[in-house]
Amino acid sequence: MIESKEVFEAFQEHRGEAIVSVQGTSGKHWADVTTNQNRDISMGGAMGQSTAAIFGLALGLPDQKVVHFDTEGALLMNLGVLASIAGKKPENFVHFLLDNGCYATTGGQPVPNSEDIDYSVIAAGSGYAATYNFDDLEELSTSLEEIMSQKGPVFVAIKVPAEVENLPIGMRERRATRSRGQTINDLRSELGIS
Amino acid sequence: MVEQQLQILRPETLIAEFKKIGVTHIITIPDSETNYLYELMEKEDWLEVVPVSREGESMAVALGLNVAGKVPVVLIQNTGMMESGDSIRGMALDTGFPLLMVVGYRGWTRKGHTPDSAAVYTEPFLNAFRLNYYLVETDDDGARITEAYEEAVKDKKPVVILVGDEYHGFNR
Repeated sequence: MIESKEVFEAFQEHRGEAIVSVQGTSGKHWADVTTNQNRDISMGGAMGQSTAAIFGLALGLPDQKVVHFDTEGALLMNLGVLASIAGKKPENFVHFLLDNGCYATTGGQPVPNSEDIDYSVIAAGSGYAATYNFDDLEELSTSLEEIMSQKGPVFVAIKVPAEVENLPIGMRERRATRSRGQTINDLRSELGIS
Repeated sequence: MVEQQLQILRPETLIAEFKKIGVTHIITIPDSETNYLYELMEKEDWLEVVPVSREGESMAVALGLNVAGKVPVVLIQNTGMMESGDSIRGMALDTGFPLLMVVGYRGWTRKGHTPDSAAVYTEPFLNAFRLNYYLVETDDDGARITEAYEEAVKDKKPVVILVGDEYHGFNR
């Protein structure tokens, strides 16, 4: 397994000008790593649909590299989105999956068949242009240049440890983050979209 | 003898309205009454058709396209719209962007009674989500599409077109 923060630190070296979306408990570490918040966007807000929203963004911005860090719990809620994405073949889209095997935000209950799913096989069968599987940081690090430079859609499944949150939501540590609307407005300003 | 409407809603009418509005993308899951419309849309070079796997995706994809400065329209059936409740809430209503949703009104009849529960619950569903809607049945109603979109832009929220085309005028 690879610590989520280490995934983001390795990715940051190859980010370039990419627009980046993260979600889930694993995604919280991106805030400590990113160096270009104006190109970070939050599209969560409906169960399992942030991937579809980022897919729409990638379709609408074909000249921008768009990177989404998904989670397996969210993807399972709408697995058909893999076929939707593969069908439109967005060459600018890189789809990472941070797979911790459970619903960490609700106490760590396992996702269905968590031990035996190979998401990269599902993505390959759906028609993604390239797929990868990693559970070793060095292998991931040495592959990121290739991942970020090839034509998408690219799918990258990574095993990460669960960071289970058991406190009631109201008692959890809150980080100062921008709202979804603020990230949208900041990205539009960055790209000159009115 | 089968009763026929004097007028039907031609797919060309919808496409003309989409062009007038400036629509760039149609996010859709086809239903049984829109096959010819789908074929026509695919032929238009100003319009990109985005097929999705489940209706709830459509509002999310539309949000992403809207952020990118595009003008998306969702084209689905009432059954799929009802399945999409959380996406309508979280991706469309909560984000406050103008979204035209063109919804096939399966089970619609002008006779007052329908055996199809898809039709029975369609308008109560829209009312529960506080979504305004316009019924479009024939070419004469076509201007309501532009009117609905202008309302969506003004109010920054989804507005629904219910296509009550009970005689399958979308097919050829």
